[in-house]
Amino acid sequence: MTAEMLEPAVDLQWETVCPLDRLQPERGVAALLPDGVQVAIFRTHDGAVHAVGNVDPFSGAAVLSRGIVGDRAGVPTVASPVYKQVFSLVTGRCLDDADVTIPVFPARVTDGWLQVGLP
Amino acid sequence: MVVGGGLLGLEAARALRLLGLSPQVVEIAPRLMPVQVDEGGGALLRRLVESEELAVRCGVSVQEIVEDRGRLLAKLSDGVELDADVVVFSAGIRPADGLARTAGLPVGERGGVLVDDRCRTSDERVWAVGEVAALEGRTYGLVAPGYAMAEVVADRLLGGDARMTPAEIDMSTQLKMLGVDVASFGDAQAVTPGALEVVVNDPVAGTYAKLVVSDDAGTLLGGVLVGDASKYAVLRPLVGAALPADPVAMIAPGGVELGADALPDSAQVCSCNAVTKGAIRAAIADGAHTVPAIKGCTRAGTSCGSCVPMLKNLLVQEGVEVSKALCEHFSQSRAELFEIVAGAGVRTFTELVGRYGRGRGCDICKPAVASILASLGSGHVHDGEQATLQDTNDHFLANLQRNGTYSVVPRIPGGEITPEGLITVGEVARDFGLYTKITGGQRIDMFGARVEQLPAIWRRLVDAGFESGHAYGKALRTVKSCVGTTWCRYGQQDSVGLAIALELRYRGLRAPHKIKSAVSGCARECAEARSKDFGVIATETGWNLYVGGNGGFTPRHAELLASDLDTDTLVRVIDRFLMFYIRTADRLQRTAPWVEAMDGGLDHLRAVIVDDSLGICADLEAAMEAHVAGYADEWRGVLDDPEKLERFVSFVNAPGTPDPTIEFVSERGQPVPVPRSGEPHQPVAIGMPGVRA
Repeated sequence: MTAEMLEPAVDLQWETVCPLDRLQPERGVAALLPDGVQVAIFRTHDGAVHAVGNVDPFSGAAVLSRGIVGDRAGVPTVASPVYKQVFSLVTGRCLDDADVTIPVFPARVTDGWLQVGLP
Repeated sequence: MVVGGGLLGLEAARALRLLGLSPQVVEIAPRLMPVQVDEGGGALLRRLVESEELAVRCGVSVQEIVEDRGRLLAKLSDGVELDADVVVFSAGIRPADGLARTAGLPVGERGGVLVDDRCRTSDERVWAVGEVAALEGRTYGLVAPGYAMAEVVADRLLGGDARMTPAEIDMSTQLKMLGVDVASFGDAQAVTPGALEVVVNDPVAGTYAKLVVSDDAGTLLGGVLVGDASKYAVLRPLVGAALPADPVAMIAPGGVELGADALPDSAQVCSCNAVTKGAIRAAIADGAHTVPAIKGCTRAGTSCGSCVPMLKNLLVQEGVEVSKALCEHFSQSRAELFEIVAGAGVRTFTELVGRYGRGRGCDICKPAVASILASLGSGHVHDGEQATLQDTNDHFLANLQRNGTYSVVPRIPGGEITPEGLITVGEVARDFGLYTKITGGQRIDMFGARVEQLPAIWRRLVDAGFESGHAYGKALRTVKSCVGTTWCRYGQQDSVGLAIALELRYRGLRAPHKIKSAVSGCARECAEARSKDFGVIATETGWNLYVGGNGGFTPRHAELLASDLDTDTLVRVIDRFLMFYIRTADRLQRTAPWVEAMDGGLDHLRAVIVDDSLGICADLEAAMEAHVAGYADEWRGVLDDPEKLERFVSFVNAPGTPDPTIEFVSERGQPVPVPRSGEPHQPVAIGMPGVRA
């Protein structure tokens, strides 16, 4: 949408969350970041890591980390455990409701530790 | 003694036999079902009925019934005297024409309001349809003529000129009695001038089939089927139509298999509701792509149901592909995946999706495969990759609520709990600040537990002797009970004891959907067993087993599967029922729609799991034995395993910090989630309409 979102911000603040091996492939964990931001972090079958907002926009509950991970036509997804809407882990778009998007956070693995980038 | 060997008389005799009586059927005509069946069919029908332990006396009438030392003595026309405790008369219908008689309307010689071919009585403002109407002096006790008459009247009231003549009346009938198949349709007795009869009679196999065709052998006029009426659905709609094949080949074993394509569009597929093949094809073209959808818009198949196989056949013929694919990752149905997992010994999702599917799964196929793996006994539901397949409820062994907290339900088998047990539950709820409510399944639900509280809550419950209630799983929930003979003045059996035994036997059994059960100690049915997937009701001598009931969105009463079973037999039949359901049902299909969708319905189910018609009962029982032997409490399994406990944290980087978005308010002295935004939280005002803001 905007130039800011297309170009990775240079001065991301990387928060170290947990050792990578705390993430079972295709199962999520929740993390509490500074300022009370909650993220849901997933490790997919191919080893990639993804971080999205933990709050389910349909129910308001902070539970997306507890959804089932899978794919829709090859796009990695998580399904909300409350009302089952499916979200892309790559774009944050709700694949069942085009008007709804959840935030996506950069995620990386450094020396066996999982890190989430905050602006 | 049953007087009258017609359709209803035979069904009544069969019902009496099932109650443990030994009925004699007395029929004045020389054969059973004389209106529907011809002499050849009648001879076979008699043999089949007698093999169902019903005694038959044809060609005799009842001269007199006298009381004889507290019993009844029936004197028959052939001099025989029969002792009877009960006499059931099923010797023809008598129209309830009292209203017409009082009103002075002419009635027929054998009763019924006389109507003309417009269904109008002698008073032009009065019309009559159905069993009370005597058309040309004759009344009709079937549903199809009643509907046809109603259509004539409706047409007349709207200014039309519809008429009906006795010759057009569809007298097709099918006897639905377990073990004896009889169907008769069209001109079954070959009264049409010049009619020819084609008969295939096989006394060894116990089948008799007759087609009545026109004198040029070009048109089907009617027929009789005894012993095997499976061709009824395809033959009856052909009445009046050109014969699609050689008539002998149409009824001979191994002959021509007729499908829906043999029928002309004008043929009636559903005779109960007069729906033609053309009307059904039009409905399919308009988007009715399932049997329920066709039923909904045409009414075909909604009365006796005998045409449902034909509806399926028409869907296939019209090119409607009924997809049974589970989801985009598997083209197989759940039942097929079950067979693959069981047969090929596949034990992980990754192997299954790699060999038989595509992609990485989703929230539809993963829990379905998790359930299949659990039903086949694959250790703890959190072992290895299985943990990644579980829905959040099965992943935290608790029920997710709308604010992200969970509810906790310990098992209380049969609803029986000691005072100490109640105190433990109360103390746990109080100490963890949980909201408590009694469930419909006779146990206690504790709401508002955060993920990180669950292990401590369960440590207390397990230490006090409780175990998982599986309220979170597509699994056996509860076996509800009344107090039975233990306390009740009317109880006939120990319903609590049986309910506890059943709940402990089937606890932890994962299935395509949740399973509920109940045991009532007498016919008063205080445990509401007939609203359950399997319900047991005590009789004087044992237990009656009902299956396929549920409450919910589409309430349905369970139907009687077997009666007067001793406890061992009862448990064996339930074992088979549950395992057969687990193997063959669709994902999220409860037992009620599963039985309904089964070809042959309840009769087929009974054949498979009571009479072992498929020879699979030993397998089903062995599978259940394996489940019972392999059962272990899931919560104890978590508490004993530090790795499994690791997942019960609020935040991976702040395990002790409660989720700050979870907030409670107090309502009626208990904590409840804060109302959703937009819903102001206020007490519900009752009877004070002016008070609310």
